[in-house]
Amino acid sequence: MELVQMQKSLQDYTKSLFLDGVLDSQFLQLQQLQDESNPDFVSQVVTLFFQDSDRILNDLSLSLDQQVVDFKKVDPHVHQLKGSSSSIGAQRVKNACVVFRSFCEQQNVEGCHRCLQQVKKEYYLVKNRLETLFKLEQQIVASGGMIPAMELGF
Amino acid sequence: MVCEMETDHQTEEMDVEVLSSMWPEDVGGTEPDNQFNVEKPAGDSDTLKEVDIAEKRTMADLKRLPDLLDTTDQGSSQLTNLVKQWEYMQDHAVRLLREELKILTKQREEAEAKELKIIEEHNFESEEPENVPVLDESSDLFRRFKEKKRDKLVGRKRIEIDEEFDTVAYWKQKALSLEKMLEASTERERRLIKKLNESLKTMESHSAPVEELTQNLKRAEGFLHFILQNAPIVMGHQDKDLRYLFIYNKFPTLREHDILGKTDVEIFHGGGVKESEDFKREVLEKGKASKREITFETDLFGSKTFLIYVEPVYNKAREKIGINYMGMEVTDQVRKREKMAKLREDNAVRKAMESELTKTIHITEETMRAKQMLATMSHEIRSPLSGVVGMAEILSTTKLDKEQRQLLNVMISSGDLVLQLINDILDLSKVESGVMKLEATKFRPREVVKHVLQTAAASLKKELTLEGNIADEVPILVVGDVLRIRQILTNLISNAIKFTHQGKVGIKLKVIPEPSFANGLELNADAEEQNGLTETETSVWIRCDVYDTGIGIPENALPCLFKKYMQASADHARKYGGTGLGLAICKQLVELMGGQLTVTSQVDLGSTFTFILPYKVATSNDHSDDQDEFSDMVDHQPEPDDSTEGYFQFKPLLGSIYSNGGPVIGNNFLPHKVMLPSPVKLINGQSEAVQVENGGCMDGPRHETRSGHCPESAHQYENGNGPCHSKESESCSSSQASSEMESEFTVSSPREEEKAETVVKETSKQPKILLVEDNKINIMVAKSMMKQLGYTFDIANNGVEAVTAINGSSYDLVLMDVCMPVLDGLKATRLIRSYEQSGNWDAAVEAGVDIKTLEDKQLCVRSTNRLPIIAMTANTLSESSEECYANGMDSFISKPVTLQKLKECLKQYLH
Repeated sequence: MELVQMQKSLQDYTKSLFLDGVLDSQFLQLQQLQDESNPDFVSQVVTLFFQDSDRILNDLSLSLDQQVVDFKKVDPHVHQLKGSSSSIGAQRVKNACVVFRSFCEQQNVEGCHRCLQQVKKEYYLVKNRLETLFKLEQQIVASGGMIPAMELGF
Repeated sequence: MVCEMETDHQTEEMDVEVLSSMWPEDVGGTEPDNQFNVEKPAGDSDTLKEVDIAEKRTMADLKRLPDLLDTTDQGSSQLTNLVKQWEYMQDHAVRLLREELKILTKQREEAEAKELKIIEEHNFESEEPENVPVLDESSDLFRRFKEKKRDKLVGRKRIEIDEEFDTVAYWKQKALSLEKMLEASTERERRLIKKLNESLKTMESHSAPVEELTQNLKRAEGFLHFILQNAPIVMGHQDKDLRYLFIYNKFPTLREHDILGKTDVEIFHGGGVKESEDFKREVLEKGKASKREITFETDLFGSKTFLIYVEPVYNKAREKIGINYMGMEVTDQVRKREKMAKLREDNAVRKAMESELTKTIHITEETMRAKQMLATMSHEIRSPLSGVVGMAEILSTTKLDKEQRQLLNVMISSGDLVLQLINDILDLSKVESGVMKLEATKFRPREVVKHVLQTAAASLKKELTLEGNIADEVPILVVGDVLRIRQILTNLISNAIKFTHQGKVGIKLKVIPEPSFANGLELNADAEEQNGLTETETSVWIRCDVYDTGIGIPENALPCLFKKYMQASADHARKYGGTGLGLAICKQLVELMGGQLTVTSQVDLGSTFTFILPYKVATSNDHSDDQDEFSDMVDHQPEPDDSTEGYFQFKPLLGSIYSNGGPVIGNNFLPHKVMLPSPVKLINGQSEAVQVENGGCMDGPRHETRSGHCPESAHQYENGNGPCHSKESESCSSSQASSEMESEFTVSSPREEEKAETVVKETSKQPKILLVEDNKINIMVAKSMMKQLGYTFDIANNGVEAVTAINGSSYDLVLMDVCMPVLDGLKATRLIRSYEQSGNWDAAVEAGVDIKTLEDKQLCVRSTNRLPIIAMTANTLSESSEECYANGMDSFISKPVTLQKLKECLKQYLH
């Protein structure tokens, strides 16, 4: 009973992430890629994403705090982050990156600062949510249950 | 006392705010007249000293000051006040004295009354001669004395005394008493005198007006001094020439003679001085006191702001004689005020910026989303559509009867048109965002006109004649962006047809001299560079009229005709439909190409849209080559020679292809050249070989592949209809495939078989794939996807690594990220293509890539093979598909890469 409830809540939780736009269908792609031969694929990729993004955000903060902002340095970071977030389906981070890049193009320091805050906000949101998601999954696995497959319908 | 008060005052003020002195404190060495040092207690009563003090702390022309006080209203009123006050005090003193006198008089009267009473009581008569002085008092005394004497000495014996009148004793007695009387009188007199003197003395002590006035002045002065001592205030009086006659609290280093008798301008130099002088003069002229804030910028005391009050001074005759002037230093206040204003302004600006920024972010987000959506959509639509067109093309090579062929051609044209439209809608947004690039390709204007008309005729549902008329002098072959020109023509023609119900619609082409608006055609220069054309080319301006006999356009609608989403009127929009985008696109495209689009129209008679564009004329050398190729084709095609024909006409043939299946094909409808009647000719060598090897099942995908990855299938279609394009005319993306195709049309060579074998061999083994990607996460995801699809791949992290890897081993497919550090995907692809063409890595080495060249033999083999390179783009404007094709990529997958996309792509290129 307990297990069924947990599975249900995981499903609801995942669904809410999609409905809130925190994740998009690309995340489903990742889930699809996870199989017996590679059971931790999603969490591996996401963990890599977290490591990578933490570093990028740190670099970005440093770059933007310079007296003279070198946009040639900033832009590739944002591009990188955009690519990564797009790959794991962190839609809102990606969208924030798109705006960020347009400010980089305009060399708008103020705008970039704002965008960095926005990107950070979205990043921590998705990080938080995904960590919760994994925790739920682990709990289910620990109780001997199966991770319910997400339906691709929505 | 005053001192104490002042220090109290100062400390009090210190608590509130440290007020810096108006003048700098370290100014000047000797300060003989520093008003802060000079402080005399007000109690000091020496008048002269007080005057000295006044002289020290103020500065006044003392000779003139009394004058001033005498002659001015203010001065005289003050004096009047003082005098009045003094008079009042004098009156007071007099009144007091009078009262005293009154009291004395009363006392005296009382005394007299008493005496009289006494005398009457004593009833005594006086017969003595009244030879005493007539002084009242003394006479009284004398009388009293006399009475007493009579009483005492004479009494009733008067007559008797009379007898003894001359006796010695009598006289003696009389003398004695008189003496006594005299003594008393003298005593009284003395007392009176004394009293008088005393009175006089008191009078005197009260009566000196000078002393009184001085005291008052002293008090007033002390008060003023006390108030003004530390105040940042300058006061002065200037005569009507604005020369200082008096100044208080002047700048410490200035001496009396520096100021008095001079004007501001003579004393100070710098900003504000002139202004203050003008202001004073203005006040003097207007006769009205007023205030103004003036900032001085002088060498003497730097930048200081004073609030200046100036009032005119009149003499008693109401004539202006000068001004009084008072200035208060408000530098700090002004600074604060300005700071506040600035802060407020900054705040407002910041707020505005903030909202602007939010708006911008919002708009950018929206725009990006819209653009991305558009890009994705166009891609999504384009791919299947090109599949449809491609299939139709292949279908057209099979055995068909004339009717079917006809239908198929229309299908291809329409599909082709939709493809173009999709591209062009994308292009419009690109033109607007400035990303649009023009391509320079060789094309035949006649053919373009004909095709446009043909396509239009194919979908024509009206009784209209379509005609094309091209002047003889129009070159056979010109260089320009044929796709755009075709689009413009198509747009204008369909527009014309839409609004024409009978008569004809046509296109007229002729060469015109260079118009005045053209100045230096950079465009062509650019195009030339891009195209790498080195032949000598001449420029030609061609005017193209698209005319109709339609409803025409009212004059008032002309101005907004080329605006987006605008039609001549709402009625039109309802009646004729359409987005209203067409003409806007045309205009933008024409202008982008350096030309001009105009319109003339008459209601009910028709309209003519005219655009003039510059083209380069291709050299005859190219032309002849092309002709050869063309003649080859002509051998197989008993069609009229399109390349020189100057007039086409398409007459309406309603119903023939739509309503019934009858084999009605008019000779003059669609003077088509149904291409490549023999299937052997098209599906030659290569694909047939594949078919054979794979048991024929690969037929579909193979062809789909061809057209699917070619964004410019329009081109191919044109080629198919008449392969009149030279190789240069092909865009990079399709050049390989189509040129192979073309060569294979004409030459049946053993090379094909050889090639087919290669293909077969390659498909039989695990394909080698190279993933060029810098993002670890993307690599991880791609790896997993590839694994699921059953492939493995090598990884290069940037363009340089990719080039090195490709040099080191041979790959069947490259998946190339566009935006990468060190060397991006576009450049890397160019280098790879250059290597394929030239057989060496010179370009790469030039670009700074360290390449170890391999043996010549391998190079030769490799260079004949075109390595499929698939871009992985983020679908942004900067990573557009066009850019990818232009740089030699074969196709692209939009990011994020999905299993489905990857699968399709691999299917296309690896079988």
